[in-house]
Amino acid sequence: MLPPRSNGADYLFMEIPLSCRRGIFALIAVIVMKLRRRKLILVLLLLGGCLVASLSLASAFGAVDIPLPDILKIALNRLAIFNFPTTWRGVEETIIFQVRLPRVIGGALVGSALATAGVLFQGLLRNPMADPYIIGTSAGAALGATIAMSLPINLAFLSFGLVPLAAFCGALATVFLVYNLARVGGKTPIVSMLLAGVVVSSLMAAIVALLMSISDRLQLNLHSVYSFLMGHISVTGWEQIAIIAPLVIGGVVGARFFIFHLNAFSLGEEGAGYLGIEVERDKILILALGSLLTAAAVSISGLVGFVGLIVPHAVRMSFGPDHKLLLPASALAGAAFVVIADLLARTLLAPVEIPVGVVTAIIGAPFFIYLLRHTRKEYAF
Amino acid sequence: MISLEISQVYFSYLNGLVLHNINLSVNVGEMVGLLGPNGSGKTTLLKLASGMLKPAQGGIKLDGYSLNSLSRKAIARNIAVVPQQFHIPFAFTTAEIVMLGRTPFLRPLADETEADRQLVDKALELVNIRELAKRRFDELSGGERQKVILAMALAQQPKLLLLDEPTVHLDIAHQTETLELVKRLNAQQGLTVIAAMHDLNLAALYFDRLILLKEGRVWADGTPHEVLTEAKISEVFSVSVRVEKHPLTGTPHIVVMPREFNKRQ
Repeated sequence: MLPPRSNGADYLFMEIPLSCRRGIFALIAVIVMKLRRRKLILVLLLLGGCLVASLSLASAFGAVDIPLPDILKIALNRLAIFNFPTTWRGVEETIIFQVRLPRVIGGALVGSALATAGVLFQGLLRNPMADPYIIGTSAGAALGATIAMSLPINLAFLSFGLVPLAAFCGALATVFLVYNLARVGGKTPIVSMLLAGVVVSSLMAAIVALLMSISDRLQLNLHSVYSFLMGHISVTGWEQIAIIAPLVIGGVVGARFFIFHLNAFSLGEEGAGYLGIEVERDKILILALGSLLTAAAVSISGLVGFVGLIVPHAVRMSFGPDHKLLLPASALAGAAFVVIADLLARTLLAPVEIPVGVVTAIIGAPFFIYLLRHTRKEYAF
Repeated sequence: MISLEISQVYFSYLNGLVLHNINLSVNVGEMVGLLGPNGSGKTTLLKLASGMLKPAQGGIKLDGYSLNSLSRKAIARNIAVVPQQFHIPFAFTTAEIVMLGRTPFLRPLADETEADRQLVDKALELVNIRELAKRRFDELSGGERQKVILAMALAQQPKLLLLDEPTVHLDIAHQTETLELVKRLNAQQGLTVIAAMHDLNLAALYFDRLILLKEGRVWADGTPHEVLTEAKISEVFSVSVRVEKHPLTGTPHIVVMPREFNKRQ
């Protein structure tokens, strides 16, 4: 006989042995005591909690709703931390584990990558309108994806289709092109890079539009270009996560190396140089890291807008511009934001799925306007 | 002891020659004022001295090491620069900006230490802006910002401090306060200072040695009495002046003789 079902979280909690529960309470008490003064860790714990909550929620709802405690138990069983008795149907476990979790985690990776890349680009370019796409990654990825979709071949590389692979390469190739176009006499002035980015992006967007407008005559199937441009988290299994996760997590951790550089870049390139930053070398490294993160995100989600722009702004306005806190906080907040946006995209008008980029824009824009108008730490342009 | 040695340096931007055969050596503990009209090469010379620009010919040595052979970090641990103005697009607090001065000493992945925080406190104290520590940089007045940047440079614990017109945005009280602070650091801690100055009278008051530039060449180099003569000033700036004596210090005091006024007489 199965025990009666309960949706309450206490039901899950009661199954943890008593000694273990006491230990958890003691641990939380110690952490709170230690950290009262440490803003950094408190903020990260708070945002980490938000991320876990959003991951749990997003796993619970979908075509089949599964009670939250069961989700946690399935996850904990899979991690071999606990061994709860199976009180759910096998099909639920399959849905959770094979379909929903990869997608939810894919969303978290996309959000984390875009928000981190946004911090890197805004910090380096000192431009409040900078986002991960500003120097052409979006247009390059779109062109790569469109070309891949027009090709009559169906290749797969490590479980990735041709489209994500082409999007990834297109994004990186465009940044490389823009960087080299802007390079003058051993230096790459930021203004030239922004201009080159705009020009190259426009050209590539024009080629995408051209391909789409002649797609009927050439009998190309470009309907999914639209879905790519609007953003859609297209993770269908753990294999994609296994490739993207190390890239994104490596990139987010790698960004930690540049917190002092990014703070110094706030003074401009000359000021950063006076503080001991090797400006041209570190500019390349930060650009490469940001572009890699963006390309990784774009390859599984298409162009999800607004995340890389507003998450860093929101975090900066709430907790200040020091990159020591800004980088990790944005990575966590970005992940939670996209996970929730994707949940809404899947469920709001089910069975119709809204593009996740539409949801991020619809939530993001008003939230951003609110922040602009209601905080003392408003942006200094 | 020589701190900075500039020998036979030529430099030009794309549009023309800016510095022509500059030979200068600045000893440890000197306080040097760079004078000259707009476009005479003062700022360029400071940028060369900080390694931000590379000379087309000639060499610059810091404590005997060629600047070209030193990393930016090694230079930043010895030389701090206060440019004319910074635009900072993010809402940093004053204390956070001053902490940027510790950048050349921070190891990647490591946190700022208690020692760094103490140096920041000390720099705020020295410049007398402790009460601004928690204020946002972008809400400060021009004069306060200038002081914050000076505090940042001092948190860098430089041996050589390069100032590009440190008094340009300041009222007369802040001008003297800033120069007195720099003078005090120079006298008490042996900090070597090179500052580009526009105000000849302030330069005469606070600097032991003045270098007068004209069209990218060193026109005069010596004590205020030797450099600030009526003849040299009219040659370099093409204005007629009278040089008088400062009533308190006896240093040269320059009085401008306006041309329009002469005509009306």
